[in-house]
Amino acid sequence: MTTPQQSGNEFFSLTVNGMSHQVQDAWVGESLLYVLRERLGLPGTKGACEQGECGSCTVIMDGEAVCACLVMAATAVEADIVTVEGLSPDGEPTDVQRSFVDAGGVQCGFCTPGLIVAVHHLLDRNPTPNELEIREAISGNICRCTGYGRIFEAVRQARDARQEQVHE
Amino acid sequence: MTVINATSIDEVVTALREYPAARLLQGGTDVMVEVNLNRTGVGDVIALRRVSELRRWHVDDESRIMRLGAGVPYAELERSPLCDLLPALAEAARTVGSPQIRAAGSLGGNLGTCSPAGDGLPVLSACDAVVHLQGSTGSRDVSIHDFMLGVKRNARRPDELITAVSIPLTRGFQGYAKVGTRNAMVISVASACLVHDSEGGSVRLAFGAVAPTVVRARVAESWLADALSLRGPLAVTPRIAQEFGRRAAMECAPIDDHRSTAAYRRHAVAVLAERLLLRAASSNASGGDAR
Repeated sequence: MTTPQQSGNEFFSLTVNGMSHQVQDAWVGESLLYVLRERLGLPGTKGACEQGECGSCTVIMDGEAVCACLVMAATAVEADIVTVEGLSPDGEPTDVQRSFVDAGGVQCGFCTPGLIVAVHHLLDRNPTPNELEIREAISGNICRCTGYGRIFEAVRQARDARQEQVHE
Repeated sequence: MTVINATSIDEVVTALREYPAARLLQGGTDVMVEVNLNRTGVGDVIALRRVSELRRWHVDDESRIMRLGAGVPYAELERSPLCDLLPALAEAARTVGSPQIRAAGSLGGNLGTCSPAGDGLPVLSACDAVVHLQGSTGSRDVSIHDFMLGVKRNARRPDELITAVSIPLTRGFQGYAKVGTRNAMVISVASACLVHDSEGGSVRLAFGAVAPTVVRARVAESWLADALSLRGPLAVTPRIAQEFGRRAAMECAPIDDHRSTAAYRRHAVAVLAERLLLRAASSNASGGDAR
């Protein structure tokens, strides 16, 4: 590679969930969403609108929650990317995933991974979000099943459980 | 077709000379929508994500002018300290898309795309901002009023990068208001930004999404200047605010499209202008100040 770094169609590497992955034969405009699902075998990140409207593909990139469909994969070299799979490396549900199940915040499940990532991002930055902050934090994640009531409840449960742990 | 991950403004300018037709990619929130839709190659891309120079800002103590890097994401504009320095820009930033979009999108992208509905643009217009461009043969400063040329057309030359905007900080109320079909994740049907410079003695009003570019309501502004003193607190009556809105709405040129109708947009901007002026007056009356 020369400086400035050039990536053609052939090959680049991405750091996902702490591991370096080689991406081969991607076309230039390929989104991070597509690369995660179709080339790296990480289908937890969901694709729906592919225009940044629905939040199903939310991942953490360099500490910010972003839509993977709007990230050109070849420009994400040297970024630290965390997908929903990376939140629970041992395969056990995280506290947020558990609270979504307990509160009935999962129905068809398609929006769930994006919401789980968004809620982890929220609680990691702000351990005690109020109602408005919760609404704001997941305003970019669309759910067509639940009407959000049980999702809000799941976030409150996860928040309160973490607070109890802090005070124990 | 190639992707260049530049790390400095110099690298971008050099790359633009080599690939004059390249797309500049900052947050991707506009470009990638198009790429995903068309499923075709995008040609050459110069990615700006790693150009940290574009994410810096500072205020010149003497001139009180903010120089804001073109790549500062909306998420940062919403937060302290920038939200305290540029309240209207913070309000506009908060209406952009979702948190995910605001973590990626920036004013540079807004200016580069130059959609009349770009949420940051009415603020830049009402603040009389200056756009800084860097090309292979030197840099240029262009007034925001000369930068926006038409629907998705601007004064950037193919070899130039939008590096920053300069925004004079003012004392007094400033606010942004937007009408859309819902409260989050919405592109403007109509928007407005009002800035009261209480020291300089001016009220400036700009509209978005109601003409081929963002427009300044200069006739209404000068009518208001004749109607009352604009230095210090504003003595605005409801009748004056209404008339200000009515006059301002005549200065836009809205169209019917898939988002709304011309008639509704004209009505909406009159209401937005009236409300913003009343807010400016009550902010003065309560001793409130932008800073």
